[in-house]
Amino acid sequence: MAAILRPEDATKSRAVFRRTIHELWSDATGRTGIIVLMIVTLAAVVGPMLLPFDPSKVGSVAADIFARPSHAHLLGTDELGRDILREFLAAAGVSLIVGLSATVISIGVGAIIGLVAGYFGRWVDALLMRFTDFFLVLPTIPLVIVLAAIFGQNLEVTILVIGLTGWPPIARIVRSQVLTLRERQFVVRVEAMGGSHLRLMGLHILPNVAPLIFANAVLVIAGSILAEATLAFLGLGDPVHVSWGTMLHFAFATGAVGRGVWWYFLPPGLGIVIVVLGFTLAGHSLDRILNPRLQERR
Amino acid sequence: MRLAVLGRKLAWLAGTLAAVVTFNFLLFRVLPGDPVTLYARSGHLTPQAAAQLRSLFGLDKPLVEQFWIYVRGLVHGDLGFSQAYHRPVADIIAERLVNTLLLVGLATLLVVGIGVAMGVVSASRRGSKVDSATVFGSLVFWSMPTFWVGMLLIFAFGTWVKILPTRGISTVGATFSSSFASTLDVMKHLILPTITLALVDIGQFVLITRSSLVDVLTEDFVTTAKAKGMSRRRVVWRHGMRNAMLPVVTTSALYIGLVVGGAIQVETVFSWPGMGELTFDAVKLRDYAVLEACFLLFAVTVIVANFLSDLLYVWLDPRVREA
Repeated sequence: MAAILRPEDATKSRAVFRRTIHELWSDATGRTGIIVLMIVTLAAVVGPMLLPFDPSKVGSVAADIFARPSHAHLLGTDELGRDILREFLAAAGVSLIVGLSATVISIGVGAIIGLVAGYFGRWVDALLMRFTDFFLVLPTIPLVIVLAAIFGQNLEVTILVIGLTGWPPIARIVRSQVLTLRERQFVVRVEAMGGSHLRLMGLHILPNVAPLIFANAVLVIAGSILAEATLAFLGLGDPVHVSWGTMLHFAFATGAVGRGVWWYFLPPGLGIVIVVLGFTLAGHSLDRILNPRLQERR
Repeated sequence: MRLAVLGRKLAWLAGTLAAVVTFNFLLFRVLPGDPVTLYARSGHLTPQAAAQLRSLFGLDKPLVEQFWIYVRGLVHGDLGFSQAYHRPVADIIAERLVNTLLLVGLATLLVVGIGVAMGVVSASRRGSKVDSATVFGSLVFWSMPTFWVGMLLIFAFGTWVKILPTRGISTVGATFSSSFASTLDVMKHLILPTITLALVDIGQFVLITRSSLVDVLTEDFVTTAKAKGMSRRRVVWRHGMRNAMLPVVTTSALYIGLVVGGAIQVETVFSWPGMGELTFDAVKLRDYAVLEACFLLFAVTVIVANFLSDLLYVWLDPRVREA
C-alpha cells in the first residue's frame, strides 16, 4: 500500500488490486492457499449438484449401517446408512457459508468501531477502545458456547454468535491504521475544505484501510470456520443444516471412533483442516503484501 | 517498576473484573423464557407455586437488588445452586478445578518448552528445509480442530493399537496396591488429552518465537556479536532470545484464552472430569447456574493472566520499565 488512494483514483485502486493478485500468485504460500480454496469452493458448489444428498434416504438393512467404502458408497455410510461422500459435499457448503457470513459481521462491526474510534479520537476513541479491549480479553470459545446455549441452535444464531465475538481484533487493527491516516495531509486538507465526517471516512479513509481489512478478513474466516466446527461438535449446531462439525458430532456420539469407522470421522475433519489451512495460507500471504507495517521492513 | 504503572494496571484489572461480573450477570438474565419454569423443568406450575419459587430464588426483587445479592454471594464464594447436581456450584467446581489445572498445566509446559525451542531452531536456520517444514507443520496443526485431533488419537491409540486409556481420569473399578500404582494410572490417562491440547496450540508459540527472533537476528548488534567470533548458540540465546522474549510473553496471555477453549473440547472428547467437561454437561443439561459460574471462572482466569503478562512485560522491557 505504497500509494495513498483518493476517491478519483478508481483506476489506481484497480491497479493496486491487480498487483496484489499478482504478488499473491507469485508467493508460493499464497498460491497454495488460492488453489486449495478454489478446489474446495468448486467441490462445495458443483459437488451437491452431481451427487445430491438426501438426508431421508436411510439404509434398509443392518449391513447398510457404517458400511465400508465400496463402489456403491465411495466413502462408506454413516450411522443411518446414508452415503458419506454426498453428506460430506453437502456439509461443505454449510461450513463455508457460516464461516463467510460470520466474517462479514465481524468485519463490519470491527471496521465501523475502528473507523469511528480512530477518526474522532479523544473520548470517543477512549470509550470505544475500552469496550473493544473488554471483548478482546473474553475467552472466545466459552463465550460462543454460552451464547449458543442461551439463544438456541440454528444457523442464524450460530452465524450471529461467531460474528459478534470475532470483531475486536479487527477494530484494533483498523483503528491504529486510521490514526496514522487521520494526520495525513490529504485528509487534513479535505477537512479544511469543509468535507463532512461521513464523506471523509467513507471516501478518503476507508479505501485506504480496505486492503488491510481484506487481508485480515481472510484470516478471520479461518477462525470462524473452526469456531463453527467446535460449536457443532459440542451439539450446539443447527441439526437441520448439517456442517462438517455436525457430522463429527454424530460420528463421535454414535461411537464411530471406538468402532474404527474411520471413513466417517476422517473426511469431515480433513475438510475442515484443508479449508482452514487454505484461508490461513492465503491470509498470511495477503497480510505480508498489504500490511504497511510489515512492508516497511522488507 | 514505577508505582504509577502498577496502579494503572491494577485499575485496569479491577475495572475489567467488575465489567465481566456485570456482563455475566446480565447475560444470564436475558434468557428467553421464565427461569422459574426452567427450574421446575415443566410448565405445569400453579401461579402460587411459581410465585413461591420466584421469591425463593429472589427473582421477584428488582434487577439492581438481584445484582447486589449476586455480587455479595460471589464475594463469599457462593456461585449459586446447581439444578442438575442438586449441590452448590462452588463445591462441584472445587472438585473439578484440580483435574483441569493438571491437564492444562502439563500441556502448557510442553507447549511453551517445545514451542519456544522449535521456534529458536527454525529462526536460527531461517530459509532451510527444517525451517519451512516447521512453519508449515505449525500452520497445519493450528488448522486442526482440537476435538478432531483428540478423535484421531483415540482411534490410533485406543481402537487401533490398544495401548492407552481414552476415557476418564482413572481406570473404573480398579483397585491399586499402592498410591504409586494409582498415580501411574492417572498419568496414563493424562497422556492422550495432554498431547491433543499441546499439538494444536504449539504452532502459535513456534511461529511467534520464530518471527520475533528472526527480527532480532537481523539487527546490527547481532552482526557485531557474530563478527566478534561469538558462537552461534551464544548469539542466538544471549543476544537473540533475550530480546525476542517480549512477543512470546504477550502470546502467553493469548494462549490462556485459547487453552480454555481447547480444554472444553479435549475434556469432552476424553471424558476428563474437569471444568471443560462440566461446561459441556451444563450446556447439555441446561444447568445455567453451573454454566454461568464456569464462564465467569474462565473469563476471570484469562483476565488475570492478561494482567500478569502485562506486568511481566513491563518488568522485562527496560524501556517500558523506566518510562
